[in-house]
Amino acid sequence: MITQIPLVYYLALAAALFCVGSFGALARRNAIAVLMGIELMLNAVNINLVAFWRYGAADPVVNQAGIVFALFVITLAAAEAAVGLALIIAIYRSRDTVNIEEIDLLKW
Amino acid sequence: MVQNYTLFIPALPFLAFAIIVLLTRKSNRLSALVAITGVVAALVLSYGVFVEALSEGAELSLNPFYGAPIVWAPYGGMSFNFGWYVDPIGAAMLFMVPTVCLMIFIYSTAYMRHSHVDEHGHHHNEDDPRYARFFAYISLFTAMMLLLVISSNLLEFFIAWEIMGFCSYALIGFWSFRGRKEHHIDDAQVGRARAASIKAFLTTRVGDVLLMTGMILLLLTVGTLDFTKMYDPQAMNNMLSATTQPLPGVEWPVLIALLIFCGTIGKSAQFPLHIWLPDAMEGPTPVSALIHAATMVSAGIFLVIRTYPLLTFAQETGGAAMQVVAIVGAFTALFAATMGLAQNDIKRVLAYSTISQLGYMLAALGIGAFVAGSFHLITHAFFKALLFLGAGAVIHAVGTNDMFKMGGLWRKMPITFVTFFIGAFALMGFFPLSGFWSKDEILLEALRGGYFPHEGGQDIFLQVIYLMLAVGAFITALYTGRQIFLTFFGKPRDPEAYEQAHEAPAAMWAPLAVLATFTVFLGFWNSPFAPAFFHFVGETGFMGMGPFEHVEFDQIALSNAFLSVGIALSGFIAAWAIYGFRSVKAGQNDPLAHLGIIWKMLSSKYWLDELYGYKINLDGTAKPGLLIRLVGLVMRFLWWFERAIVDGLVNLAGWFTRLLARLWGWVDSHIVDGLVNATGSVTGEIAGWWRTMQTGNVQNYALVAVAGAMALAILFLLRSFT
Amino acid sequence: MDATTVIAQAVFIIVATLTLIAAFLTVLVRNVFHAALALVGTFFGVAAIYLMLEAEFLAIVQVLVYIGAIAVLILFAVMLTRGLMQRDTISFNRQWAWAALVISTLFLGLFILILQVPWLQTPGTAIYTDLTPWLGTQLLTTYLLPFEIVSALLLAALVGAFIIARE
Repeated sequence: MITQIPLVYYLALAAALFCVGSFGALARRNAIAVLMGIELMLNAVNINLVAFWRYGAADPVVNQAGIVFALFVITLAAAEAAVGLALIIAIYRSRDTVNIEEIDLLKW
Repeated sequence: MVQNYTLFIPALPFLAFAIIVLLTRKSNRLSALVAITGVVAALVLSYGVFVEALSEGAELSLNPFYGAPIVWAPYGGMSFNFGWYVDPIGAAMLFMVPTVCLMIFIYSTAYMRHSHVDEHGHHHNEDDPRYARFFAYISLFTAMMLLLVISSNLLEFFIAWEIMGFCSYALIGFWSFRGRKEHHIDDAQVGRARAASIKAFLTTRVGDVLLMTGMILLLLTVGTLDFTKMYDPQAMNNMLSATTQPLPGVEWPVLIALLIFCGTIGKSAQFPLHIWLPDAMEGPTPVSALIHAATMVSAGIFLVIRTYPLLTFAQETGGAAMQVVAIVGAFTALFAATMGLAQNDIKRVLAYSTISQLGYMLAALGIGAFVAGSFHLITHAFFKALLFLGAGAVIHAVGTNDMFKMGGLWRKMPITFVTFFIGAFALMGFFPLSGFWSKDEILLEALRGGYFPHEGGQDIFLQVIYLMLAVGAFITALYTGRQIFLTFFGKPRDPEAYEQAHEAPAAMWAPLAVLATFTVFLGFWNSPFAPAFFHFVGETGFMGMGPFEHVEFDQIALSNAFLSVGIALSGFIAAWAIYGFRSVKAGQNDPLAHLGIIWKMLSSKYWLDELYGYKINLDGTAKPGLLIRLVGLVMRFLWWFERAIVDGLVNLAGWFTRLLARLWGWVDSHIVDGLVNATGSVTGEIAGWWRTMQTGNVQNYALVAVAGAMALAILFLLRSFT
Repeated sequence: MDATTVIAQAVFIIVATLTLIAAFLTVLVRNVFHAALALVGTFFGVAAIYLMLEAEFLAIVQVLVYIGAIAVLILFAVMLTRGLMQRDTISFNRQWAWAALVISTLFLGLFILILQVPWLQTPGTAIYTDLTPWLGTQLLTTYLLPFEIVSALLLAALVGAFIIARE
């Protein structure tokens, strides 16, 4: 079945997912929502990686590390989500807000 | 043989001066003794040289005694030396000067004592408080006069000339210092004496500066000032060939001769520099006799004598030098005589008389009557000194100079009267006194044309000279007679003065007698029957010039003799008519005052002092003349100019610099600093705007990063696709 | 095309659409809790995509880690920060319009780019027969170093999160 779906579909999906996630990261007010956008972006990247890995499986030139990379990405996403959320909680505790717009101490 | 010691002649009185100044200052007696000793020693030596000169006779002109052993100022290959030069006229001077000086020295020992009334009303005589200083000064003066007479070059001559000028200043102003104990001087006299001494010095200075200029020019053109070398024909011709004329129409010889003559005008008080001599009478009478009658003023004449070859050379090469000398002399002779007529001070009459007689000598020299002029110089010294000392005796006895307070003194002071009379007659030119022989000779030469041949066609000129001299002689007799009648004859005008009059002490009348003797007999030295003086002085020529013609005693000479005696007699009779016939009463004006404006002019001395001189008032104040004030005005203007304009320019420069500095400062603070500040503020503005980029909002940064990356990507893609 | 192709592509499209819808919900919904739930849905969709790409191990790992750990963590964080309490606040920040613009441009560009590039047409046969053993072997041989490093990183993240978040 896999051979009937062109690669382009997957790439398009990944692109769309990436853009959506990017929008969420850039336009949302809540810090956690921003984090969620980042997760979406990471997922889109993963889809890309796996798609390329699968469609290049027979080719000796294309790298076979796609899926391993994607595995590591998931791992890292987990770590990053943990630390990020810990940060958000710490900020929430001291500033009593999760509104990123209010965290602007480096403002001019 | 004695001639080798000629330099000692001035040295001895100079030594006396030094001794008085250094050692015997405190003792009046000793100082007078030292001074007189000095003069006597000089006299002995001078007589020795004179006798030796006489024995040389006329040959002396060709080989004068000469030695220049003391090298004083070497310059280049030459040097100025101190030495002696004795030719016949110099020898004659060596006879005259010490004799007259000695007489005056002896006279001074008595004159410089003043009678003084103390608190108790007792009269007693006291030495003048500065007695020793007086003798020091006159010793120095005598030394310098002798040095001048024997000097071997013009520089030595000039040095003596100048030092005598200083002595004159010091002695005229002798009574400008008043100590506590000087009772016979009042403040007015102090002022007058000081003003007179300064006036004398400054006036003669004018002449001296011109003399110095002439000397320098002479040195530059001829190359030497030594009398034996100066008149070398080749050296004299150098002057002519020297580059260009100094002034248009005036050759070098004439210019130099006239410049040197200006020294004589100053020193011998000729017009226009005569103004100092009458005021110089503020000094003590021995000073007047010594300096201003017999010796210093004749130094001026002696200068003309010594530069006579130059003068004749100038005349020969086309200039009018000798004519100028003659005119100045003759004019002064007449001019001064007129002023002498209107003086009330006994000494001032004699002062003008001196000026007038010096004019006679110069007129004689100017027309070429060299021997006559020289002889008059010698005889005049004797009788003028005699007259001054006589007047001094009168003043000393009566206590006043004013003739209108005297009268009838012939009874009280017979010796003085007789000697004075002899001197007066010699002055007037009566036969057979010495004055006659010398003065008559001058008049004769004026008639004849002089010894020395000069251009023909000068007849008018000589006639004018003769006329001036003859009229002068008449007036001379007039004022001298006036003087005698006012002083010695008639009723005494001031009883008190008459009361205290007495004959002079021996120390004073003895010199009078000696001088009178000389006056009587000296004339025969040059009488036409036996012109020994002429033979001695003029026969073989003078300083390299050709021999002088001897005048024959002919008809013209005889008629001239009678004429001159006649003139003198008529003058004397006129004086008797005015002053002697009816003697002037006390308080009355001078009878001649009826001449009105003329009399005013004469007694005001033609207002010359007010014009260019320095008028000394009776109370001791002095007022500068118009010319001097004008010069002062010019000076003040120049001073204002200097301050206003020159300083103004300097201040302007300073102000301008300050303005420039302020401008620059403004530029610096506004523009330069402005730029700097602008840089800062612009940077600040930009930074202020730029930093707003730091919103602190992470999402902003992220958006910009994404947009930027995307833009780059699109760029690259577009590039790769095209 | 034949029927299997159509069915395959239709299935893909449905899954993709559902995933995208969930993703949109995640970023557009005001309530953060709902957004987190939508995120879970997205994760499921992505897992399905992995299955279609014959990466079964990865699909399971996706579900386990993302949904099981990360989404739960997010939900916990949401609850701890009370973000859902505010109802009247706007969910977007001030630059959402600009962000939309940029993102749309980005998507446009990406899309055009994807269509332009001549990709590999068909996937070949895999060099392995079973994915999991192969993956495991790769992890412990070829990619041993990254593996170890990532484990160190996990430790660091663990400790770090602990320290940052404690009271």
